[in-house]
Amino acid sequence: MQEEILNLKLIANQLRQHVIKMVGEANSGHPGGSLSAADILAVLFFKEMRIDPANPKWQDRDRFVLSKGHASPVLYAALAERGFFPKEWLSQFRKINSPLQGHPDMKKVPGVEMSTGSLGQGFSTAVGMALGLKLDRSPARVYVLLGDGEIQEGIVWEAAMAAAHYKLNNLTAILDYNGLQIDGPVQEVMNPEPVADKWRSFGFKVITIDGHNIPEIINAIDAARQHLEGPTIIIAKTIKGKGVSFMENRVEWHGSAPKPEQVAEALSELQARREKLWEE
Amino acid sequence: MGGIATREAYGKALVELGQENPKIVVLDADLSKSTKTSDFAKAFPERFFNIGIAEQNLMGVAAGLAAVGKIPFASTFAVFAAGRAFEIIRNSICYPKLNVKIAATHAGLTVGEDGASHQAIEDLALMRVLPNMQVFVPADAAQTRAIVRKAAEIEGPVYIRLGRSGVPEVFSPDIRFEPGRGTVLKEGKDVTIVALGIMTAKALEAAKMLEAEGIAARVLDMASLKPIDRELLVESARLTGAVVTAEEHSVIGGLGSAVAEVLSEEYPVPVVKVGVKDVFGESGTPSALLEKYGLTARDIVAAVQKALTLKR
Repeated sequence: MQEEILNLKLIANQLRQHVIKMVGEANSGHPGGSLSAADILAVLFFKEMRIDPANPKWQDRDRFVLSKGHASPVLYAALAERGFFPKEWLSQFRKINSPLQGHPDMKKVPGVEMSTGSLGQGFSTAVGMALGLKLDRSPARVYVLLGDGEIQEGIVWEAAMAAAHYKLNNLTAILDYNGLQIDGPVQEVMNPEPVADKWRSFGFKVITIDGHNIPEIINAIDAARQHLEGPTIIIAKTIKGKGVSFMENRVEWHGSAPKPEQVAEALSELQARREKLWEE
Repeated sequence: MGGIATREAYGKALVELGQENPKIVVLDADLSKSTKTSDFAKAFPERFFNIGIAEQNLMGVAAGLAAVGKIPFASTFAVFAAGRAFEIIRNSICYPKLNVKIAATHAGLTVGEDGASHQAIEDLALMRVLPNMQVFVPADAAQTRAIVRKAAEIEGPVYIRLGRSGVPEVFSPDIRFEPGRGTVLKEGKDVTIVALGIMTAKALEAAKMLEAEGIAARVLDMASLKPIDRELLVESARLTGAVVTAEEHSVIGGLGSAVAEVLSEEYPVPVVKVGVKDVFGESGTPSALLEKYGLTARDIVAAVQKALTLKR
């Protein structure tokens, strides 16, 4: 178990390094909300989800929908590390003729289950997937990652109502609650609180965790799987820009790329962290 | 107006499809009794999903169902389907080319008494502009059945425009439908009238009136608005030298625009449009509305006369 957790921490660190390199190389993209979700994606793609990179369309696979589609770098990094496509693709992120679009395109990238980017819609489509899989009595589960600013979209609550109405116990939503959106702190732009109460009142089981604590993420996902009465949301308290100290909790890193010297600084910090993980 | 409404034929066709193909699922947004998806709901309750009054989610859920291999038909009134849910249709259905069929009822002015808020006069423009979307507008019950069945065979997004009111029979019950193929309903050499939906029957009526004046009109039904039958349009323009279009839709962005787009590039001839002239509708009976907003056979005759004066 200890070894597995260390391994997942190393993977999350690797995903963060990819994010920095991709956004730096593209000179464009969204590092902050990619870094905040790295631990969650590491657990999903390298422990929890039943997926097969050699057979990406396997009917009973678990599905992951990145509803906060602007965090595409961390999704592409996880898919590449998991073997869905060659890692060389990552250097083509956001460039002309590349499969790795600014926001995920399911037609272009193996392992991307839904084209997302327009906020709220990924969650709605995830509800549709869960509904269809349940109709087929498939063992597959649907995981969907939402941003905290994203839940300001009305469609999120339409979809939440439907998920509870149809008792979609095969649906696990995860809220990447990093507290910042483009124009500032979410609580200043349009306060979503009380977030847990809202989801609970919409019929979701709510589990609140530290979204950078690997064992907590694992336990929450397991608990969601065991909740048979309906859908679950894991409210993951996270830090925007997590792992790169000059980006942490800084709203300006929502959607801007680091310059080459900042890329070097960020990578050396992440690499130092990696070496420290090994020592522990 | 007589005859069976296209929405009624849709409801019956869905039940047929449901019996033949277990992948067919149907979604509605609290209007199943009006859109006639209630027929399917009764026959296949486990494959019918009422999404409630939430048209954005209706389209998102339909996209998700398509992504796991279902063939969803999503229905609500045209104004909410194409209008309110437009951007979900764009980004979650058309961009990923998902296999969703949107069957929108209560299109156009013939919604009647509910008034302008419920009369979609812009849905064809909105749906036609989306890449990967195919747009079909049946003229009667038989054509509706053919279109709904074909839509289920097509891999990709389809928008089907249906009406509330009864329409006269135009086609024989065994009619076949092919995307990108128009139908010549009547031959004529002086002018071409291109119509779809409820205006097809009126175009035939207009052609009869024109005959009495010694004008021979070629009448085309263009149920497949997108892809449109470019060949048939060019052939007809070449043959007759003038074109009139007729649609229960704004003159901006619908059939008239589509025809003009093709002919201006491939065989320029005068194109005169019969449609709603960039205004909203109002409450009234369907026939009173068609009269007031210039969508009668007489209006088509007047447009033909104008087209003939423009003919070189």
